[in-house]
Formats: sequence, structure tokens, C-alpha cells
Amino acid sequence: MAGYIARRILHALWILVGVNLLTFVLFFAVNSPDNIARLNLGGKRVTQQAIDAWKVQHGYDKPLWYDATAGGTARVTNTILYQRSLRMFSLDFGRADSGRDIGYELGRRVGPSLLLMLPMIAMTTAASIAFALALVFFRATYLDFFGTVLCVVMMSISSLFYIIVAQWLFGKVLHEFPISGYEGGADAFKFVLLPVLVGVVFQLGSEARLFRAMLLEEAGKDYVRTARAKGLAEPAVLFGHVLRNAWLPIMTHVGALLPYAFLGSLVFESFFGIPGLGNYTIQAITAQDFAIVHAMVFVGSALYIAAYLLTDLAYAWVDPRVRLA
Amino acid sequence: MHAAGRAPRPGCRPAIAGALALSWVLALCACDGVRDSPNATGAESRNVLYAAFDDRNPKYLDPTASYAADETPYVYLSYEPPYRFDYLKRPYVLAPRSAVKVVAPRYVGADGDDLPADAAPERIAESIYDIPIRHGILYAPHPAFARDARGNYLYHHLRTEEVAGKHRPRDFAEQGTRELVAADFVYAIRRLATTRIQSQALAVMEDYIIGMKEYAVHIAAIDQQLRAGLRPDADDLPFLDFRRYDDLPGAIALDDHTLRIRIKGKYPQFSYWLQMTFLSPVPWEADAFYAQPGMARNNLTLNFFPVGTGPFQVTDYVENRQITLDRNPNFHGEPYPCEGAPGDRESGLLADCGKTMPFVDRIVARLEKEITPLETKFLQGFYDIDDIWRVDRAVKFAVDAKNSEDVERLYRERGIRLPQTPDVSDWYIGFNWWDPVVGKGDTPEQQVRNRKLRQAISIAINWEEFVQVFENRKAGVAAMGPLPPGIFGYRDGLDGINRTVYDVVDGKPVRKSLEVARALMAEAGYPGGISSRTGRPLVLNYDYQRTLTPELKSEVDWVAKQFAKVGVQLEIRATDYNRFQDKMNNGTEQVFWWGWKADYPDAENFLFLLYGPGSRAATHGNGQNESNYVNPEYDRLYERFRYLEDGPEKQALIDQMVRILHEDAPWSWGFFPLAYNGYHDWVFNGKPAPLVMDKLEYLRLDPQLRATEVARWNRPVWWPLLLLAGAVALAVAPAVIAWRRRERMTAARTLVSGT
Repeated sequence: MAGYIARRILHALWILVGVNLLTFVLFFAVNSPDNIARLNLGGKRVTQQAIDAWKVQHGYDKPLWYDATAGGTARVTNTILYQRSLRMFSLDFGRADSGRDIGYELGRRVGPSLLLMLPMIAMTTAASIAFALALVFFRATYLDFFGTVLCVVMMSISSLFYIIVAQWLFGKVLHEFPISGYEGGADAFKFVLLPVLVGVVFQLGSEARLFRAMLLEEAGKDYVRTARAKGLAEPAVLFGHVLRNAWLPIMTHVGALLPYAFLGSLVFESFFGIPGLGNYTIQAITAQDFAIVHAMVFVGSALYIAAYLLTDLAYAWVDPRVRLA
Repeated sequence: MHAAGRAPRPGCRPAIAGALALSWVLALCACDGVRDSPNATGAESRNVLYAAFDDRNPKYLDPTASYAADETPYVYLSYEPPYRFDYLKRPYVLAPRSAVKVVAPRYVGADGDDLPADAAPERIAESIYDIPIRHGILYAPHPAFARDARGNYLYHHLRTEEVAGKHRPRDFAEQGTRELVAADFVYAIRRLATTRIQSQALAVMEDYIIGMKEYAVHIAAIDQQLRAGLRPDADDLPFLDFRRYDDLPGAIALDDHTLRIRIKGKYPQFSYWLQMTFLSPVPWEADAFYAQPGMARNNLTLNFFPVGTGPFQVTDYVENRQITLDRNPNFHGEPYPCEGAPGDRESGLLADCGKTMPFVDRIVARLEKEITPLETKFLQGFYDIDDIWRVDRAVKFAVDAKNSEDVERLYRERGIRLPQTPDVSDWYIGFNWWDPVVGKGDTPEQQVRNRKLRQAISIAINWEEFVQVFENRKAGVAAMGPLPPGIFGYRDGLDGINRTVYDVVDGKPVRKSLEVARALMAEAGYPGGISSRTGRPLVLNYDYQRTLTPELKSEVDWVAKQFAKVGVQLEIRATDYNRFQDKMNNGTEQVFWWGWKADYPDAENFLFLLYGPGSRAATHGNGQNESNYVNPEYDRLYERFRYLEDGPEKQALIDQMVRILHEDAPWSWGFFPLAYNGYHDWVFNGKPAPLVMDKLEYLRLDPQLRATEVARWNRPVWWPLLLLAGAVALAVAPAVIAWRRRERMTAARTLVSGT
């Protein structure tokens, strides 16, 4: 097991290097350090002298990825790519182009993201599984048909529509929830309740359909027929056999969602004004703050790798037949 | 596969459902007060003012660097430059702030002799401003000033580990203060030369303050020595103590309360710079404190936590979300003004005459990017004013109220006021003077043809229609020239009409007909929009500074239609801001959309936008003449005009310059926006003032009235939720019935098969 984990971590390093490189190339394909400086200095009375000074202060005065004027390893190390990327691997995210410490912001914002995303993922998963089980129970009936149609309708509607309607209805018309905003402490609850519920409703259709397919595949297997033949009640068959054996694909899917618990949701945090990491990322993209975008992509890919590793480890725990070596 | 697990006991399901329902009810009950409030519980009854800001958080609160309009409200509330603009009087006039009075400069000739106030500008070698600073002004509490019993600074020799975990000045146990002295202004002026942060004022100040250019070179060299061996982008840099480098003769402290500034020649507009953020006092202790290791890494810099003497101080800064300013307990207090513009008394704006400001205890500014949630929250009473600095967001509120009786009634019933005033800015479509088709032209004949083309397009673009069509975003009045109303030099009525674009009919301006524009097109060599030289349609490139949203697309499409009226095809080149800036710096744009917001209310701040030597492309991005317009006659007049005080001679020169611009048409003059702000009826003393950035100091609240009104307007309605729950139950019921029936059928079948 330890060897397996070590090997996976080694692979992860290469993935991180690749992601880091890709982010860098994509960002600087559409931006130059001069552009970044100008954007940070504002639109009025900006001189080239000020732009040059800003680049020096923020480490953007070096060549992007190769310094032909340097000698030896400095050709590679005296570049923005190397200097910005290297410290990332020691989890030193540096300072944003706006000057603020990224590590501090990550620490401050992960709480609101978790508060929003953990209940959203948990409730979505629970509700979707329950709905999918009901559809499986009523498979090949009108209830299954209408339930599936409902799922398709729900998943066909944009999340923005759900958000805007919910904000309008529950915030503006019924005055039950804030339209957007966030306060810490006990007040935080009232701010995440509506986005959580909207998130659950929005994802219910697609998730339930997916889980229905997974459960149906299990429901058609011989051991399920055997269980019924033994005279087990349908709930016992569904919960005790079908669901337990469908856990592996469900876990794979839910495991992939776990990084979002930390990274937050770009759309939900942005529209509901929740100061989490998703909001942080979208603001950075808008402001073309490379330091933050770079850090968030790095953190995101690291979390994905960790989530998939945890999922793989969980396979062995859920299914004794799985052996990791 | 696994052995069959135990199915949930039927009795558990109601229990689980009950627990969920109970938690739901508890959750809702836990939210006391107004349930849809975006503020903390009970916030409405506190003396806290809520305002929004848009787009993103301000970047620079350091007065040396702060310049953008979205930054300055916080800086002006935290610092006290020598002067300010009077909040109520119009046209804008300077009033003393940390200075005792607004002083007139003393002029000195090349031989050092004093010159009279009306001396010819060319005789004036130097203008000297001796500014008396008020006594007894104290800085807001800050650890930078904290000392022990023996007078030693407590926090000036910190190690990195001692700063760990501290992210706000109030995280330090001890706070201190001291009196403002003239040396703090000297320190601030010297600090403009810093290479640690970019001051957009430096380029201007180098031209005027005696010795500033040399001082900047000296400081750059000193800083290089201090940085020796350090990475250029190192977080911790040694303290650059400007007290030690005193070779700036243009700014000295004559005594603790007299500041002397010497500028080259005559520059009447310098008084306006004395109300800008750049001239705010900076205490050396703050610079020393923030220069310590670990401070910058913990966001402890002047950029996020200013140290000033103003009525408020920034106490919390959450990036891209919220900035909190608390009342400065050491603030000396200022009387609310007793004089204003005509009509202010009737509007109740002088009711607080002589009362001590500020009136509110705290200001909370929140990011509110989209206009729709902002409008909704404002209507719900959760924002007291619409925006902390912008004066165009409430335009939509006003238009909505105008277009709908229901909305208008709602605003009326809720006592919301939406006063308006002319803004000191303009928007226009510019022609690049470097362009061979719409620019100056190479030969005299080409110059005439190009001018006629610009004139034809200027006639075709119907700005009156534009402000009508896009009034919810662009309320304003069509412009006759570069100077907006309210600025000295602006001509109203017949005298101000742009005769190139308008005819005068019954004493009123009427845009010239399209026939006139088409005739000009023909004379320009493009009859019907077809080049008589090549026989091909004239296609112009329209550079736009943003990628197009649906809203912006409708505006750009409108512009294209205006060009099409004279047969010109407009190729839209909408790019992001950076690409657009590159084009402008390189002078490769052709026709472009642009705007300008004045720094101060003087014609010079508008007419310099067309001064030849300030050409943006020619100065590689350093100038503000975006269209790269050059006309030697205009430049000659400008050089005379800029030294003049407001008066007949200045007016005559402005008239001449504007006539040249009308004829040359380097811009299609666009429109002057109107400034709106929204105020609730519990907010007093609100007046839109686009140039006054410390206006929140003047606002007074009635929190009790707010709490009552907000509670009344936001009573939660629960029955639809119950209805929704009932509908869900009804939808689920068939499934439950079917489930039970199937369970029973299975049992029956089992029973039958057993017998």
C-alpha cells in the first residue's frame, strides 16, 4: 500500500509540472507583463517608466521562459516561469499582483467555500441517490418515465436561471433569504442556505440520471434476482444489494467532486457573493492576476490528484476484492 | 457481492424526516431580524453606513500611488490633504482642510525679487506657496506611533516572527498617535520619488516642483544601494527614510505648522493638486513600521491600511468583498458647512450647519458587481446610498422610475431621492491623427479631404439620439466641445454651439442634415461612401476597449449605424483592454471610443487632452492626448492659456481653441454624462458631487428610522413555501402509494403461491 501511495505521489509531481507549464503558456499567450502592469497601474497618467518599475517590483521584468542573455542554468532559472513555479512546489504561493499574500487569502476563504460546498455536495448526493433509487424501484413504469423526463428538464436548465429565479423569488419577493452577501459566525448560515438548496436542485437532475444508470446496471444482475427470489423485500434488495454494489462508481463520481468542496464554485460564489475560493478565482481571472490564477490552478490540480488517490484508497476499503499494489 | 444488509426500519423514516424538518425550522428561526438582510443581524439599527462599490476592490490606498476614482474615497476619508473641494458650493471651489486657509502663491522673478500677482507669466521664475497647517490635528490610532514609558517606539524593531499572525494594525496590542506637522507633508512630497511604489503624480510634479526631477534620480540611486544583494521583487526591503534625504528644495517645512512648496514658473492649477491624494501627509513612523520584515507578506502596508488624520480609518480589508472604515477616535471634528449652492437650503442640505462631523460611526463598502442585485438591495434598504464613488449607477434607478409608474410609486413611497448634477467628464469618439484616412493627412489637399470626412461623420453621429436610446446607462447631454458645463470656459446657448455640426434654428442648435454630411463626404472623396479613387467602399476600423457584452453590442451597433448613414462601413474591432491599450500606445487605432473624468474643475484639465506634445503614441503611452491631435495654432494658444487665471483673457483664448477644435473635429464630441446618486429618506445631506471624494463624511443617518422601514419593507412571506412543500408532497404521494401497493401485492402473491 505504501509503495502504491509513493508511486502515485511521484506521478502527481509530473502532473503538477505539466499543469503548471500549461497554465503559464495559456496565460502569457494572451497577456504580456506590460499588459499586467498597465492593468494594475490604472488607465490615467501611466508612464512607461512606471510600467517598468512595476514589473521589476513584481518579478515580471525577466524573460518568460528562456533567458538567452544569461549563461549556464541561469538561462532557465532567470525566467518568470522558473521563479514563479519553483516556490509553488514548496506551497509558497507568494503575493498576488495586487500585493496581497495569496496563502493568507486561501486560508481566509477556504472556510466559506467549505461551508457552501460540503452541504451542497452531501445533500446533492443523498437526494440524487434517493431519487435514483425511487426511479429504479419504479423502473419501466410511468413514474420512472416522468421522473426521467423531469431529470432531463432539470439538467437542461442553466444554473444561472435557477440562481436568478431563486434570488428573485426567495430574496426579492418573499424576503426569506438574502439575495447575496456573506457574514461570518452564526450569520453565515442564512447566507449559504439558499445557494445550497439551489445547488441541490440544479444538480439533482443530472446526478439522479447518472446514479439511476449505475443502479439499473446493478439491479439487472443475477445476485439481485436471487435476492428477490429469496423473498427479500424490495427496500432490502435496493439498499442492501443494489446500492452497496453500486458504491464503487458512485464513489468515483463523488470523489471527483471533493476538490470543489475546497475550491468552491465559481458560479455560485460569484452570484451569491460568498467570499470563497471560487469567487477569488473568478475575480483573479477578471483582473488577469496571474499570480492568483497560477496558484489556484496549482492548488486545484493538487486537490484533484489527492481526491483521486483517496478515492482509489477508498475502493479497497469499500470492496475487499480490490487490492492496491 | 455482499450479503444483504438490513433495510431501514420503517419507523426510522418519519423520525429522519421530522429531524430534517425540525432542523429546517430551527435554521429559519435562528435568523433573527430581517431575514433577507445581507448585513449582520441587527445591523440596521446601528449608526453604520452601507454603500456598494463595483468591479473590484481598490488597488492603492497609499496616498503616494492612489489616483483611480475607485480608490480615492477611502484615501480622502483616511487622510487630510491641505485643501478639499467644498461639498456644497457650485461651481466647485477649494476650501481648506488640514490647511488653515487656501493661500495665493507668491511670485518671484529670475533675480529673486517678488513680483505682483498680475505679473506676466514669462517673468515668473517661481511660485511659492506658504501653507499654514492647522494645530492640534492628531493621527488615527496606529501601532506605528506606540511608545513605551521611556518614549521608545514599541513596534519599530520587530522581527519576522513577531509579526506572524498579525494581519491588521489592530492586531497589535498598543496603539499611539501624534500631532500632524508640516514635515509630514514634506515627507509625502519627497516620497513621490519612491521607487517602491508607482506614483502617477511624479511625472507631473517633476515638471513643477523645484528639484523634484533631480531628487527622483537621487532617490533611485539611494534605493539601488539599499537593495544591493536583494531580489528586486523581495517582500522585505530596507526602510527608505526620506527624512535623511533632504535635497528637495521645492518642499520644506518652515516650522512645525508651515509648509512651503516652490514650483517652477506659474501654474495656477497647482492649488488643485493640493487637494489631491498625492499631497496627503505621510508620517515617517508609518513608513518605518510597514518597512519591517514580514509586514508586506502579512498585507500590512500603506496600500491596505492607511495612516492618516482623516475622519475615518480602514480597519478591515477583505479583497474583492468588503472594506470597513471606522470613525477615527482622534479626529479633530469639523463643522458641517453653512453655505452652499442656490437651492441647497430649500433641499435641507444646510440643516446640519455647524454640527460636528463625521456623523456616522462606521462605513461598510461592499463589492456589488451587477446593477440588478444592487438596485434590489438598495430598494430593500440594505444600502443607504447606491455607490461609494460612482455617480452613474443610479442612472438606471432613475430611468426605471421614469419608465414605470409602479417603480416610480415605489421610490416615492419609500422616500428615495435620486438627485442629479452634471458630471465633470465626457465621452467621445476619437479619430487618430496619425491615420492616413481619418487623421491629419500628408498633403494640404489630403488634410482638407480628411477634415471633411471627420466633419461628415461628426454630423452623422446623432448623440442626442444616443443619450435617449441608452439613457439607462448613459444619461447625459450631447456635447458641443471638450468642455463640460460647470467648467470655466464652457459656453452655453448660442455662443457655445458647434457650427460645424449644428445649424442655429430659432435660436436653438439643430444638427445639420445628412445631406450636408453626404455633400462633405463627396468633397472628401467618398461620394456615397465609395472612394472616388479606388471605387471601393470606405471601411473604417472602430476600436473598442472591451469585448462586447449584449448591452455593449447594442451601443456599438448603434455607432455602426451612424457611420452607415454616410455610407461608411464600420469594422468593429472589440478587444480586451490590454490589446486596446497596445493599439493606442502604438498609434495603430483608427476610430475609437474614449472618455475622460476630470482631476479638477479647470478647463486646462480638458484642453490638455488635445495638446500636441502630449500625444499618446508619440510619447509611447505617456501622454494623455489619445487622438494624437496636433495643431500648432492650438498648441500655441494652449501654452498661453494654461498660465492664466479665470477671467476674460482666458475665456477668449478658450473660445479660440474650441473654434479650432470644432473646425478640425479630432473628436466627435460625444456627450457629457449626468451624475446621479440614490439616497434613502434616513440619509441626510446627500448631494451628488462627482469631484468630492470625501462626501461620506457629510452624510448623517437615522438608524432607527432605517430599522423600522427595512423591517416593514422586508416582512417574510411564508405561505408560498408551505404551498411549495404541499406541491412536493402531492407530487411524491403517487409514488408512495404505488410503493405501498406494490409491497402489498408482492405479499399477496407470495401468500397465494404458498397455498
